[in-house]
Amino acid sequence: MGQIKLSKVSKRFGDVEVIPPLDLTIADGEFTVFVGPSGCGKSTLLRLIAGLEDITSGSIQIDGTDTTDVPPAKRGLAMVFQSYALYPHMSVRKNIAFPMRMAGVPAQEQDRRIAAAAEALNLTDYLDRRPGQLSGGQRQRVAIGRAIVREPQAFLFDEPLSNLDAALRVGMRMEISELHKKLQTTMIYVTHDQVEAMTMADKIVVLRAGVIEQVGSPLDLYHTPCNEFVAGFIGSPKMNLIKGAEAQKHGVATIGIRPEHVEVSSTAGLWHGTVGVAEHLGSDTFLHIHGVAGCDPMTVRVDGELPVKHGDEIYLTPQNDKLHKFDGQGLRVD
Amino acid sequence: MARAVSQRRKILFTVAAWSVGVLIFFPILWTILTSFKTEAQAIADPPIFLGFDWTLENYSAVLERSNYGRFLWNSIIIAGGSTLLGILVAVPAAWSMAFVPSKRTKDILLWMLSTKMLPAVGVLYPIYLLCIHLGVLDSKIALVFILMLINLPIIVWMLYTYFKEIPSEILEAARMDGATLKEELLYVLTPMAIPGIASTILLNVILAWNEAFWTLNLTAAKAAPLTAFIASYSSPEGLFYAKLSAASTMAIAPILILGWFSQKQLVSGLTFGAVK
Repeated sequence: MGQIKLSKVSKRFGDVEVIPPLDLTIADGEFTVFVGPSGCGKSTLLRLIAGLEDITSGSIQIDGTDTTDVPPAKRGLAMVFQSYALYPHMSVRKNIAFPMRMAGVPAQEQDRRIAAAAEALNLTDYLDRRPGQLSGGQRQRVAIGRAIVREPQAFLFDEPLSNLDAALRVGMRMEISELHKKLQTTMIYVTHDQVEAMTMADKIVVLRAGVIEQVGSPLDLYHTPCNEFVAGFIGSPKMNLIKGAEAQKHGVATIGIRPEHVEVSSTAGLWHGTVGVAEHLGSDTFLHIHGVAGCDPMTVRVDGELPVKHGDEIYLTPQNDKLHKFDGQGLRVD
Repeated sequence: MARAVSQRRKILFTVAAWSVGVLIFFPILWTILTSFKTEAQAIADPPIFLGFDWTLENYSAVLERSNYGRFLWNSIIIAGGSTLLGILVAVPAAWSMAFVPSKRTKDILLWMLSTKMLPAVGVLYPIYLLCIHLGVLDSKIALVFILMLINLPIIVWMLYTYFKEIPSEILEAARMDGATLKEELLYVLTPMAIPGIASTILLNVILAWNEAFWTLNLTAAKAAPLTAFIASYSSPEGLFYAKLSAASTMAIAPILILGWFSQKQLVSGLTFGAVK
């Protein structure tokens, strides 16, 4: 059981309001990702839920119980930190055992849970090593193991993969997703990487300057972003936003089209431009096209086999049903 | 070619380093050598380096004349006591400055350090009077307190630097894992800071042991430590270099041995954060 409900939660550091009052409900068993650019308050929000920071006003309920004034340890939450935050002077076994030792779990039960967690996380051979003797990925597994053995109501992850190299990151992403499928426990995951958000989340919360911009499933956000910010933030490469005369034809201030929703042709099309950089990924090629009015450069995703190179003249036509329209305030118009 | 140059540089640096080392250590070496000479050989011109008649007569003379044991005991109490007291005050101070800093934390640290720049003699008179009024002149307890206060800025600074190096996320993890403040200090912070606390203690013992200004000015017979013991041998009865050297050797020997055995710890403590 791990429903988390924030009501009118706000946070000030001195005179700076980092999070204006916000409401949010995270359902039991849900994998929720907080995503946003650096400094958007996503980590602060997680720390408020954890109890590592005091909220300035509002209340936090976990499973219907008001935990606003409950210390972190008593909230039934486990946290995995960006820096892993392992205890360097303890062996892996003792690290994993630490929360159970603090809670007074009987030794036999401790051993049983440690063995189970080590088995699940491939750490059995490393239990007697110190964190300093482990690789980054192994350290992160120990941190997760330390969280699992507490059998918490919810897991909190604070950018857990950003210290790992790219290949390892993809692997750990899968492992955390699988862990969630297996445990069915509520997880809140903070990241600035929208790919992590899209691939892992049941529900994404997009934050900017402490304000929730949109809450929805990954595909909701992809298909119907509620404003220009979400439109530009979710999706890779970014959505092209076109202002000026082209947008006015549709009666709005800005139109948006994703790189994968633009048809290219060497002979005819709605827009015309010159290929700047062509990024060949093999399966796909990303073209950065200069000279399109209102959007320079425009990014277009084409088949990897298409023979295009720097300096080629090219014609572009957006798929009309995939156009996104935004008004002068940047809000979505349907 | 490149290798030959680097080999030559290596030799050059080794020679230079040893020269500096010998230069620094020479006065101590000379003192120790002189302590084994007769008074006549001690002032011989030209000086005799090793070819003298080795004798222990200075040591027996010094031990006969003064109660070395009592001076040693006073030194141990004053250096040890002021260090322990200082650590007790400084650990919570450094902890709060490192982990719950306020806007003024940096200012407080700088201000504390600035007190070290005050010439000690400037406050000698008030402190002397204070000791008289409190009836603690020539007592160990007064020196324990004064030396503790004098070295406190350094202890706090060193511990603060150490604690700063401990990532606060680890302490937060402990808090999330259910550790109370006491358990957090006991099981997480202290074990991680033990090398830092140890080298701080060591440095402070050395500083307090060598402190001469206050120990000489505020003690007479009862509480006098080894600094006073040495001073009593450079006296108006004429200079007895060999005996003075024997007394000095006996005074510095304990701390020299302590420093020798813990030099690795001490160096890592003083350069902590700078190299790593």
